Amino acid sequence: MSAPVSKPTVGDIAVKTAVLLIAALLCFAPFLFQDVRALEVAARICVFIVLVASYDLLIGYTGIVSFAHTMFFGFGAYGAAILLRQMGPGWDAVILGGLAGVLVSLVVATAIGLLSLRVKAIFFAMITLAAASVALVLASQLSHFTGGEDGITYRAPDVFKPSFKLLTDENGKVLRLFGVKLNGKLAAYYFVFASSLILFLVMLRVVGSPLGTVLKAIRENEARAEAIGYRVVAYRTFVFCLSAAIASLAGTVYAVWLKYTGPDTALSFAIMIDILLMVVIGGMGTMWGAVIGAVLMVIAQYYLRDLMGVAADATASIPLLPELLNPDRWLFWLGIIFILLVYFFPKGIVGTITQKGGRG
Amino acid sequence: MENLSQILGRLGGVYLLPVGLALGAFVLIGAPASWATLTIAGLSMGMMVFLMASGLSLIFGLMDVLNFGHSAFISFGAFVAATVLSALSGWVGADSVFLNSMALVFALLAAISFGLAAGWFFESVIIRPVYHDHLRQILITMGALIVSEQIILALWGGTPITVLRPHFLEGAIILGNVSVEIYRLFAFALGLVAFIGLYLVLNRSRIGLLVRAGVENREMVEALGFRIDRLFIGVFMVGSALAAVGGAMWAGYETLITPALGGEMMIVVFIVVIIGGLGSIEGTLLGAIMVGLTANYVGFLAPKLALASNMILMTIILLWRPNGLRPAVK
Repeated sequence: MSAPVSKPTVGDIAVKTAVLLIAALLCFAPFLFQDVRALEVAARICVFIVLVASYDLLIGYTGIVSFAHTMFFGFGAYGAAILLRQMGPGWDAVILGGLAGVLVSLVVATAIGLLSLRVKAIFFAMITLAAASVALVLASQLSHFTGGEDGITYRAPDVFKPSFKLLTDENGKVLRLFGVKLNGKLAAYYFVFASSLILFLVMLRVVGSPLGTVLKAIRENEARAEAIGYRVVAYRTFVFCLSAAIASLAGTVYAVWLKYTGPDTALSFAIMIDILLMVVIGGMGTMWGAVIGAVLMVIAQYYLRDLMGVAADATASIPLLPELLNPDRWLFWLGIIFILLVYFFPKGIVGTITQKGGRG
Repeated sequence: MENLSQILGRLGGVYLLPVGLALGAFVLIGAPASWATLTIAGLSMGMMVFLMASGLSLIFGLMDVLNFGHSAFISFGAFVAATVLSALSGWVGADSVFLNSMALVFALLAAISFGLAAGWFFESVIIRPVYHDHLRQILITMGALIVSEQIILALWGGTPITVLRPHFLEGAIILGNVSVEIYRLFAFALGLVAFIGLYLVLNRSRIGLLVRAGVENREMVEALGFRIDRLFIGVFMVGSALAAVGGAMWAGYETLITPALGGEMMIVVFIVVIIGGLGSIEGTLLGAIMVGLTANYVGFLAPKLALASNMILMTIILLWRPNGLRPAVK
């Protein structure tokens, strides 16, 4: 379902143009949108593109549903967070924490995979759900390590401090480029952007490689892939581990950006639902879908709530409706959109658009 | 060795596991009184979990549908029952056993009828279009779960709600030096009645015969001219109603409920169904009792481990029997 090599359709070109446009916007985000909230949104989009794409490796390319993806994201985030607090701000803490997160993720993913990937897909979904909830409970209970419900606040490496000067003018003040201060905040954003870009390109390469073809074969017809001689369980476990490792790295990056890690930002089930929505809205089985789904959802998360608040005030006289239009109930509407999408556009936005013009 | 396994098999095979667990715990705990209290607590918790899990397991067994939205029925059951009980607070607090039990009956009936109606709606609107497509089933029922949780939040708000218990279920009976909460006995009895009822219907009635045949081979039952889609709807409604009753019982047990209740119980329910093996109510009962007992024993012996105990139990059992203890589904 991903980009056909020979004859790109009109929809295909449209999708890729959109993705390139998004990449360009994200690349120059600090210069284009000069307020704090927009930069927050842009960084979140970068991290979630990676997270959603790595989840798509699982659900879209191999057809296995895992509910433990936030758990791996959380391992990476907590790894960096705990070490940054224990060792103080520094690159050694970030790297060690990231590696520790990846290591834990790999061990857990291998264990879960070997235990449950042999049996039905539905079993796997249930077991990952159980594992994720245990991880969440552990994070809130082991409060000496994880800070419990409050989470951990820490300092990022010095380069990322807002007061850090990347370049100075002759007066020793921070140099400005197109009116943007070249300070640590900018460095932090580009750290997030660059690491997300690298991780995304790695996944794009994996999907395009012979390995990606085998994965698609397994998704389409498991018995046949096995009969041709591919060891399905080994491949599935490998992909599960790969996507877990990438999710964990994304978690580390996000932890460095936020300078805070807690159950709500790194482990909660709400994030898992976000990821699911993003994958389905964007389109399963294509990396481009992850980009578009993540962008739409994150923007909706930040800006739709404002809109709903206005709508709730406008309908205040009608019973129940203002309750449902309350900005806190935005998941209600997304849930309904989600169900309708799964019914009518199971291929998501990208899958549907890519098919358009296929015969033209 | 072979002799031993034959003898064990004749005595009941995997059904001996809870007994073994209880005996092992007896040795570890040492004090008979606390052991008895824990065992009764574990059994009654197991029975309540059984009520919630049996529907899920049956629906999966017959229809090959795993309803991730099952926990919505649990939460709705809890909240509907709590609302009815607080509306009838005069009866609940009254000194007459008759008024008490009428309030209880009304609350449970409200939960049951809600479960039946919601199950019908769920089956015909949400699930029917996606039979035979596991991936979309998981996604759609998950979406339905999100929507129903939000509806609960919109209707009842996010603050915890106190559940009134009928007066005659308060308090405890003292047997020797063991005190037994009456509510636990009641929960145990209700679960047992539900199990026996389900067992008899499934194994002794014509409908049960059709359901079991449907689990075994759906196409064949259809080919013989039976309307299996009606059977599906019936099983789905009963399963949802059982979940609602389980939720209502759990609400009375916890006495303070939040909208997160369904989600929390869902994990336990999943673990029970996985341990027991999908599709059989005997397996579900076995799994539920194992989980209930383990949770209580471990909570007493090693409170730090209590959180992970269910997960550890599941891992051990899956390593031993990858399809659960008593699966009905191939």
